[in-house]
Amino acid sequence: MFDFLSKYDVLGAFWVTVQLTLYAALGSLIWGTILAGFRVSPVPLLRAFGTAYINIVRNTPLTLIIVGTLLGLSQTLGVTMGTNVLDSQNFRLATLGLIAYTSTFVCESIRSGINTVPVGQAEAARALGLGFGQVLGVIVLPQAFRSVIAPLASVLIALTKNTTVASAIGVAEASFVMNNMIENESDKLFLVFGVVALGFVVLTLPTGLILGWVAKKVAVKR
Amino acid sequence: MTEANTESNSAAPMIRMQAVNKHFGPLHVLKDIELEVPRGQVVIVLGPSGSGKSTLCRSINRLETIDSGVIEVDGKALPAEGKALARLRADVGMVFQQFNLFAHKSIVDNVLLAPVKVRKVSQSEARKTAMELLERVGIANQADKYPAQLSGGQQQRAAIARALAMRPKVMLFDEPTSALDPEMVQEVLDVMTSLAKEGMTMLVVTHEMGFARRAADRVIFMSDGEIVEDSTPDEFFTAPKSGRAKDFLAKILTH
Repeated sequence: MFDFLSKYDVLGAFWVTVQLTLYAALGSLIWGTILAGFRVSPVPLLRAFGTAYINIVRNTPLTLIIVGTLLGLSQTLGVTMGTNVLDSQNFRLATLGLIAYTSTFVCESIRSGINTVPVGQAEAARALGLGFGQVLGVIVLPQAFRSVIAPLASVLIALTKNTTVASAIGVAEASFVMNNMIENESDKLFLVFGVVALGFVVLTLPTGLILGWVAKKVAVKR
Repeated sequence: MTEANTESNSAAPMIRMQAVNKHFGPLHVLKDIELEVPRGQVVIVLGPSGSGKSTLCRSINRLETIDSGVIEVDGKALPAEGKALARLRADVGMVFQQFNLFAHKSIVDNVLLAPVKVRKVSQSEARKTAMELLERVGIANQADKYPAQLSGGQQQRAAIARALAMRPKVMLFDEPTSALDPEMVQEVLDVMTSLAKEGMTMLVVTHEMGFARRAADRVIFMSDGEIVEDSTPDEFFTAPKSGRAKDFLAKILTH
């Protein structure tokens, strides 16, 4: 029944999905944290930039952003992403698009985490002579992160599934292979769906469980 | 162990407030405040709630901004938010009503954090000083616990140790015992009393009348954003001049 699978590189495709997820997760965690820093900074210009970025990018469909990286960044502006191999170029463009998009959700999660840290924590740090960067980096963000691990897990799961949009610019991840299979094995439609869906569950279910456990483990007691 | 920094400007008063005004919306919380605190003096600020005494205390290290007037600490006017203000705050110890210990750091890490991050003291030296300070406030055996594991009185003593670790020139206390269970008030006041005896310049907002009598050099009474009385504790408690102070004392001392 599953013979047809041997004709396709399903595992390879899911490996691309995993790679897209990991690179985009790392990138959006970094960029999202910086954006959160902008949004709470005392500098009005940075705050305005953060707010504008979040509101524009978060409200733009991901497909538009991903296709925009290929048509806009790559084909119109000639950004090569440091490689001439077309496949790697598309992979990198898709990662960039996913980072730009997912970081907005990371930023807003972290910002809500910052709001769970009592204002007295920052006041005490300021009263001791710590500067804004130190107050944020040493006192506020470490506590904020611990309280938003569970919501960040949801963002990571959403990101894992959002990587399927990369197929729109020809990245051969799981849904790209699925489309091929559907075209050629139309009699096994539900089986194809089932296999791909199972693959995603295998990726995302442990993410939620493990990070849920970590969230409990590192919670700050007050 | 807590002697003030030596490069101080010994002619100027430690704290000087001149014509300080502040509003919260329509509420005039500080009205033309004039106050000089000479070095080494222990000043207790009393007054009913909402009289502006906490705001006064917090404005001295600019946790509250003021609308007009001048505030000087050790002869230097408070700078705007930035590196210069951070440097000034490092020299002004502050103890809060809610302790505000860093919840994700152990007690000893709370105490050594600012010396390491701000004064750039080495980790090992800062730890040694931190342990000495914790010994002094009587909670060295709690050094590796987290704030949530300590009683309120222990947390507040740790917070005092944290402020002292920066070797401040002056200490501000914003109702340090108001959030404590009654049986824990004394242990915190004992630490503050010994600090006062060692010559630390202190400004203490409190409702502890016994402590005010024992430890204060001077009592400031505030009401509706004004300094109504400025006298010695003896004078204030035995012969208050203003009606508002008499009224306040009658309510406090007869319960």
